[in-house]
Amino acid sequence: MIETFEKVEDIEIRLLLEALYVRYHYDFRNYAMGSIKRRLRQACEQMGFATISALQEKVLHDETMLPRLLGYLTVQVSEMFRDPSYFRAIREKVVPHLKTYSSLKIWIAGCSCGEEVYSLAILFREEGLEDRTIFYATDINQQALQAAEAGVYDLDRIRLFTENHRKSGGKSSLSDYYNAGYGRVSFDRSLRERVVFSDHSLVTDAVFGEMHLISCRNVMIYFDRPLQDRAVGLFKDSLARKGFLGIGAKESLRFSEHAEGFKEFVREDKIYQRVGI
Amino acid sequence: MTPSRPEAIVIGASAGALEALSVILPSLPADFRAPIIVVVHIPPDKKSVLAELFRARCRIQVIEVEDKEPLKPATAYFAPPDYHLLVEDTGTLGLTYEEPVLFSRPSIDVLFESAADVYGSEVAAILLTGANEDGARGLAAVAKAGGRVIVQDPETAFAAAMPEAGLKFCPNAEVLSLDGISEYLRRFD
Ligand SMILES: C[S@@+](CC[C@H](N)C(=O)[O-])C[C@H]1O[C@@H](n2cnc3c(N)ncnc32)[C@H](O)[C@@H]1O
Repeated sequence: MIETFEKVEDIEIRLLLEALYVRYHYDFRNYAMGSIKRRLRQACEQMGFATISALQEKVLHDETMLPRLLGYLTVQVSEMFRDPSYFRAIREKVVPHLKTYSSLKIWIAGCSCGEEVYSLAILFREEGLEDRTIFYATDINQQALQAAEAGVYDLDRIRLFTENHRKSGGKSSLSDYYNAGYGRVSFDRSLRERVVFSDHSLVTDAVFGEMHLISCRNVMIYFDRPLQDRAVGLFKDSLARKGFLGIGAKESLRFSEHAEGFKEFVREDKIYQRVGI
Repeated sequence: MTPSRPEAIVIGASAGALEALSVILPSLPADFRAPIIVVVHIPPDKKSVLAELFRARCRIQVIEVEDKEPLKPATAYFAPPDYHLLVEDTGTLGLTYEEPVLFSRPSIDVLFESAADVYGSEVAAILLTGANEDGARGLAAVAKAGGRVIVQDPETAFAAAMPEAGLKFCPNAEVLSLDGISEYLRRFD
């Protein structure tokens, strides 16, 4: 009996993801099932649907449901200078290489609400690289992209951001870059002057040319293995010769079919360098 | 009668975990076949030393999980700090960075529920010592899917709240001491 029940839920999930793809061109069909299942159960529970099929009917007929469902299906958890040692490694080991180029392109894939974008923009300003750099910040979640462009965060997160920035080897004070008021902080406009925000999916969209550094952290963990291969392939083809790829602290290219396209550049911090061609 | 070997063993523990796991994991033989997947509550900002610590003491392999780690026999897998750990239906382990569950990331419920989804009746879930209720719902999910559920005897636990909650959600769970759990596992091989 239980067996049958479980299978019905799996069918419902497959159908819902298909519906989302056909109706709205959001493709979650190859995301890691365990997490998707959890998110959809949570969505049903919190929005009051008895079954995933009921949720599907609503989503198909009412497009205002889409952003709400996307809020469940895409996980927006981030911090500025998250894993400070990663940013320290970028600063101390990658930046010296980047300094040898007269112009730089950096891609932050899956930028969420911008925490990682402002972190890198500040780091590049501190290192004197900002003026020669264009940052491409992409995500599939429109609301997250808008939040990223606004650069406004709750004041109670600043203590952690400041601590992380300091641990990352920050050469300035984080408070130099924002104004606080009404329980929020607003990051300096000038930090996003060189940032292009855009809607881009690692699942369905194409390469982004000639990047010197791609930072894609904690995005591919939501994909299944074949889809991870697609994303890493996309990064491989988007990197300039000897370009760098940084991924999340608990992600790895060990299991990727493109593993030979990269060498470990800073092993502990999951920074890789493109090899060949 | 020897019970048939489950495809995997999942274990959850919190306060007192180190001592409890020190009884169970080192007792397993080098050729213990089922993979063992472990969630222990650890503070997010700490580098986890659990895998290193047990590697030195165990005959089975001990690994801290990275995303898409393939499951192998005779290996214990520890969740890294600050990520949820899930079993995937492709013979691999996955990580996610979603909200904490009952203030916990990694969460035992998340691991156990995914194990119930993937293995159905072919899993054994073991809930050990701990001071909160994480794991109880997951244990119930495993029981509902027909898997085996074992709870550390609260009387013998460093912190009784977690095994007690397990028993509240899962009254038919087998109640064993730590040595009893070791023996129970060794009978699978
Ligand atoms: C957990 S956040 C990671 C934020 C940040 N990179 C960090 O590590 O803190 C994951 C982000 O990936 C985005 N995402 C999910 N699927 C995507 C896809 N197919 N293409 C691009 N971004 C995606 C989500 O919308 C979300 O903003």
